[in-house]
Amino acid sequence: MAKRIDVSGLDVFYGDFKAVEDVSLTVEPRSVTAFIGPSGCGKSTLLRTLNRMHEVLPGGRVIGKVTLDDEDLYGDDVDPVAVRRIVGMVFQRPNPFPTMSIYDNVAAGLRLNGVKKKALLDDVVERSLKQANLWKEVQDRLRKPGSSLSGGQQQRLCIARAVAVEPAVLLMDEPCSALDPISTLAIEDLVQELKERYTIIIVTHNMQQAARVSDRTAFFTIAGAGKPGRLVEIGDTAEVFSRPTEKATEDYITGRFG
Amino acid sequence: MATATIEAPASGPGSVHSSLHRSARSRKARDRLATLVVLLCLLLAMIPLAWILWTVLSRGAGLLGDAHWWTNSQRGITARRVGGGAYHAIVGTLLMALVTAVISVPIALGTAIYLVEYGRGTFARAVTFMVDVLTGIPSIVAALFVYALWVTTFGFQRVAFAVSLALVLLMIPVVVRSTEEMLRLVPRDLREASYALGVPRWKTIVKVVLPTAFSGIVTGIMLGLARVMGETAPLLILGPYTTSINMNIFHGNMAALPTFINQDRNQALQPALDRVWSAALTLIIIVMVLSLAGRAVSRLGSVKK
Ligand SMILES: Nc1ncnc2c1ncn2[C@@H]1O[C@H](COP(=O)(O)OP(=O)(O)OP(=O)(O)O)[C@@H](O)[C@H]1O
Ligand SMILES: [Mg+2]
Repeated sequence: MAKRIDVSGLDVFYGDFKAVEDVSLTVEPRSVTAFIGPSGCGKSTLLRTLNRMHEVLPGGRVIGKVTLDDEDLYGDDVDPVAVRRIVGMVFQRPNPFPTMSIYDNVAAGLRLNGVKKKALLDDVVERSLKQANLWKEVQDRLRKPGSSLSGGQQQRLCIARAVAVEPAVLLMDEPCSALDPISTLAIEDLVQELKERYTIIIVTHNMQQAARVSDRTAFFTIAGAGKPGRLVEIGDTAEVFSRPTEKATEDYITGRFG
Repeated sequence: MATATIEAPASGPGSVHSSLHRSARSRKARDRLATLVVLLCLLLAMIPLAWILWTVLSRGAGLLGDAHWWTNSQRGITARRVGGGAYHAIVGTLLMALVTAVISVPIALGTAIYLVEYGRGTFARAVTFMVDVLTGIPSIVAALFVYALWVTTFGFQRVAFAVSLALVLLMIPVVVRSTEEMLRLVPRDLREASYALGVPRWKTIVKVVLPTAFSGIVTGIMLGLARVMGETAPLLILGPYTTSINMNIFHGNMAALPTFINQDRNQALQPALDRVWSAALTLIIIVMVLSLAGRAVSRLGSVKK
């Protein structure tokens, strides 16, 4: 069920402003790819083009090609809503639905898409919470509001919610940036488990995290304010961190960026 | 004072100390002064409110303890006689409010949702402008407009439904504004979380955005209702008073609390005057109960803590 993503010659715009320029890369199924780079270089922007979330922003548009197992995501007759069912997303800040219980949060994706069978929903909720390593902590308070959990638990709840609809790809935009080290480790472990089943892309500012969780790393940079972000290099994480081919990557990784 | 604190270090540690104290003292004094001023303003605002409440309560409470007040009409009761109730007017006020709400809430919610979730460009700006204009129209203008349409153009009678139509014009902008504000308070994060699950936009609005804003929306509707329930101009122009009970909004005269009050307010006879005060108190109580009920409803369905 995991799928392969091909991006080629992608430009991403906010209105007239080009935020990302000429990105081409491939993400293999059942692998974790880390996006790293300085703030404002367009990591989130690029990530959001992969499930067509970019275009919900005013003026958001793209030029170029993104394919998912050879299917063009931006083809004429492709429904963005259908794309988002296949490509799930976890956001930087935990955002459980505040009006829903823990159970309802996890079931939301299926319920809102018309699944009503109680037995099926029960199964999916339990399985997803287990996948997100949250089941043990919440199994006897599934009816409590999702917002009653700690930040780390909420983020894992959001991951459970995302995997409940069985996407093929999971996009994670700095999923640990609001979390303490212990929750961060829990989520990193989780990413390792999830990659057995999903294609995962994770944006992070934490070099150690990128090194720990990812198989491949893509480094982006930006020439200056108002310039578009660009992909500098992408390769096996071990390679990128130990023998980067570009000077810019090396400077960034070793902290000499500036 | 700021300069004193900055210069202080040059003149030795002792003076730093004392100048620190001095500024703390003067800050405390200013703080106390500001608190006092704010409290005074609060009192000033409260005085007329308390005064009105006290006057209405002391003069109007008398009749409210009597069960007849809540169950009888004024049919056959003259200004000279004690007795009768406000049932006819209470029912009229509630009925007209209900009809007003049933018509205006869907329109107002739809408009607010359009403006917040879909509205872009000239048309949305025109709608916003129109809502602004509507907010500003005096109730008598709304009433005359409906009169021109309902009575002059269509040749219908002056009935409760026409009053409700005028009230709709007054209620819609209030509910649109408050709902808009509440919808804008729903974080974009939540909408995006829903989109990212492959939920279409309209379903996101119905199942995620509206429930999240529910309590605020209900409060806004209640405020709008409270506002229109006390409106008198549409009643004077479109809803002639009657002392009897009438439940048909399309036929016959229908009483309402404001017209009940207006009817007898010039009377010199005490029994009628007593009823005027009691009717005023009844109106206040109904509005209060409604807003409390609104609050309770909104608490039930609101964001879980
Ligand atoms: N909604 C928006 N409208 C217009 N421009 C935007 C918007 N969001 C981001 N941008 C611009 O696009 C560029 C890339 O932003 P993006 O958020 O993708 O960067 P990022 O790499 O994710 O940064 P960070 O590491 O800080 O999250 C920036 O110049 C930013 O100012
Ligand atoms: Mg970002």
